[in-house]
Amino acid sequence: MPIEIKMPAITPDFDVGNISSWDKAVGDKVAKGDVLVAIETDKAVIEVEAESAGILGQIVIPAGTDDVAVHSLIGYLLIDNETIADLPNAPAAGQPAATPEVLDVNPENASSAAVTSAPVITQAKELDDKQPQRLFASPLARRIADQHQVDIHALKGRGPRGRILRADVEHALSTKGPDAILALPAASQSSQVKHNQIRKVIAQRLVASKQKIPHFYLSVDCEIDSLKSMLKELNANAPKSLNSTTGSKEATYKLTINDFLVKAVAKAMEQEPQVNSSWTDTAMLHHEDIDISIAVSTDAGLITPIVRQANTKGLASISTEISQLAATARNGQLQAHQYQGGGFTISNLGMYGIDNFSAIINPPQACILAVGAGKQKPVVKNGELAIATLMNLTLSADHRVVDGAVGAKFLSVLKRFVESPAHLML
Amino acid sequence: MKSFDLVVIGGGPGGYVAAIRAAQLGMSVALVEAEDLGGVCLNWGCIPTKALLKSAELIDKIKQADKYGITVNDYSFDLSKMVKRSRQVANNLNKGIGHLLKKNNISVISGIAKLLGAGKLAITATADSSKASSELQAKHIIIATGATARAIPGLEPDGKYIWSARDAMTPKHLPKSLLVMGAGAIGMEFASFYNSLGVQVTVVEALNYVLHVEDEEISNYAAKAFTKRGIDIKVATKVLKIERHEGGLTVHLNGGDNPADAHQQLEVECLISAVGVVGNTQHLGLQNTSIECDNSFIKVDQWQATHEANVYAIGDVAGAPCLAHKASHEGMICVEKINGLEHVRPLNKALIPGCTYGSPQVASVGLTENKALAAGHTLKVGRFPLAASGMAAASGDTEGFIKTVFDADTGELLGAHLIGADVTELIQGFVVAKNMETTEQELMDTVFAHPSISEAMHESVLDAYTRAIHI
Repeated sequence: MPIEIKMPAITPDFDVGNISSWDKAVGDKVAKGDVLVAIETDKAVIEVEAESAGILGQIVIPAGTDDVAVHSLIGYLLIDNETIADLPNAPAAGQPAATPEVLDVNPENASSAAVTSAPVITQAKELDDKQPQRLFASPLARRIADQHQVDIHALKGRGPRGRILRADVEHALSTKGPDAILALPAASQSSQVKHNQIRKVIAQRLVASKQKIPHFYLSVDCEIDSLKSMLKELNANAPKSLNSTTGSKEATYKLTINDFLVKAVAKAMEQEPQVNSSWTDTAMLHHEDIDISIAVSTDAGLITPIVRQANTKGLASISTEISQLAATARNGQLQAHQYQGGGFTISNLGMYGIDNFSAIINPPQACILAVGAGKQKPVVKNGELAIATLMNLTLSADHRVVDGAVGAKFLSVLKRFVESPAHLML
Repeated sequence: MKSFDLVVIGGGPGGYVAAIRAAQLGMSVALVEAEDLGGVCLNWGCIPTKALLKSAELIDKIKQADKYGITVNDYSFDLSKMVKRSRQVANNLNKGIGHLLKKNNISVISGIAKLLGAGKLAITATADSSKASSELQAKHIIIATGATARAIPGLEPDGKYIWSARDAMTPKHLPKSLLVMGAGAIGMEFASFYNSLGVQVTVVEALNYVLHVEDEEISNYAAKAFTKRGIDIKVATKVLKIERHEGGLTVHLNGGDNPADAHQQLEVECLISAVGVVGNTQHLGLQNTSIECDNSFIKVDQWQATHEANVYAIGDVAGAPCLAHKASHEGMICVEKINGLEHVRPLNKALIPGCTYGSPQVASVGLTENKALAAGHTLKVGRFPLAASGMAAASGDTEGFIKTVFDADTGELLGAHLIGADVTELIQGFVVAKNMETTEQELMDTVFAHPSISEAMHESVLDAYTRAIHI
């Protein structure tokens, strides 16, 4: 019997996805572990591997098909010298194959891999990495999450051994950012270029943010000459290790201003914890952990991976973590826990030479920091003109959570860290 | 001066459990007890009264022997042997606590502990003694001194006509008639016991219901069941005045709003007062600390911490509900929090079951129907009579019913209310269910063994969703 290839349940809550591409053509030999097909979810593209060897016998649902339900039959894999004649919908013997999707397979090409009796041979890579996948949540928590369309897998359980309890779901409901919600508005039927899932989520979140959150903006220029020389010195003295691919010795880290800002913002949030809060209709939520989201531009759109507990981490580990997160994000491989949550976002457009800009808050966070380019400018010091490298920081804040004075204090603390980084040591 | 990681004041079900848990976690522990290990619960409460009630239950069964095809020509009982057995049970368990504490290397100190502030404690032999027999230094102190029956002026126990709970647990003779003041769990258990032994019992309750913390339907059912057994229950009635005379008491009652009931007069031989408890704080030296009280109970946070650093209070002295299992659990939570254990969760009082023994028994957990409605829930309520249970019929105990209250929107089990024989053992199924946050679906999907009284739990849940099979 040919093995049915079914749409995998990439995450337990995953109902439909788009088949973004088939990596094998009909008739291709498939080894166990080969990538068969790429599935696009709302946040990432997941490559699905073959669990058995064989020959791709038929593609039932072609690439580019959207909203394919989990467990739908998407193709057939021929094993053990099977031919297309063995396919359930194969033409009767003696008749030519009717569909060009089905290729006459030469038995010689077929692999003699062990037969698996599992009806579904595909499994998402993500699942492999995260065994066991069983979700620990109370029945009541599941019921309430279901009723309010909360993505229970995105929640952090505070019960015994991380079990998700009703209180966790209610907490998510009270801080209800679009991230926690599964339901997305129906895609427009008349649009010429269809939205991908990421685009839809970005649109929904940003509209909600601008419509609901009373933004106000605070802007300050910081002198970053000391910061630049500190980073230069740190980078010059970075320990070197052998890169196994290039064979050359490379520095283990290269600290950037952005890495420093993550740390500095986190430390400034320690001093002004109100910034690390979220508005809900009934109560103010003060977050314990200081988790910083970093805006990363990808081909598919903007995504904000998170450096967790950034206040507790050193610059080198923040730097490494950001590089890895950004690379994963650009590959479309971020896992939900890597981008859901966060208490503050940093958006840096300095590399494009932007002087300053005002960012839209990333709900349910209360603040976002827009970072401009560092440029040499004339400044007046002690009544005389001098040259300094100035970088603009513009804070967008939710006035329901952060009052002007609180935002200003936060920004002044941050400015002090940026202008004299030694203060971070205090 | 001896120094300990933890000194626990009071060796009741809160204190000794806290001490053992602390020892398990590697703390050096001393436990100071003024009287007997095990506290009121073990020595003068839960345990001895259950022993007495077992005797009463046997009498009730013997009275019904004919129903089971057994002819008992005559029977009699020996009150002194009943009391002796109950004391023996308490003494054995008391010794057991001693062994447990010894096994865990806990220093048991006999005396009264007084807080001196800054982690210092003075131990005296009696409450009045000014001279400390020793002093202790503790990093942490847990107050677990429990509570005492509320004393009413003019009703001070004399051991003869006006009984304390201890007198009622160790009767020398059976009175002809008995007045129980207060229709809470303690009052109803004594009423049930003495009723089974043939005493004419009257219960007077100022509130409108017996067992007033229970669901209204359960309270009403209980009142009817006790009345049927011959207990005279007067709710919404107050004791105005008591006159002592040779051979008994004349009790003047005021029957609430109805003028026809006003100024009743009752002749009884004895009276038991069971109108609540007050926290045992008077000898603790709280004035040497910044501990704050609410009436007689010590104010604590969700981790049992008082307003004084490193001093905690658990159990009855930390406020209602005054239940042994609540005290034990608070003790464990408090000690685990002190030790910084992960996943310690504060006690959710909605998950503490309450049990009243006697005949019939009453057990409950969570919200009553009225409280659930008041909290704004839309409800689905199920009821199943034990008369429709095969096992109850076979046992001949068909009195009672099981009521379940669900939130109609989420299916959350909000409360369970049981009355009938042995329901104090059934309630735990619902307590586990509630603690696990189950909905009606898991309870419906659970297989209950047949034949068992517990099937009635299942049927009650099914009934809430109009799916009951056997009614």
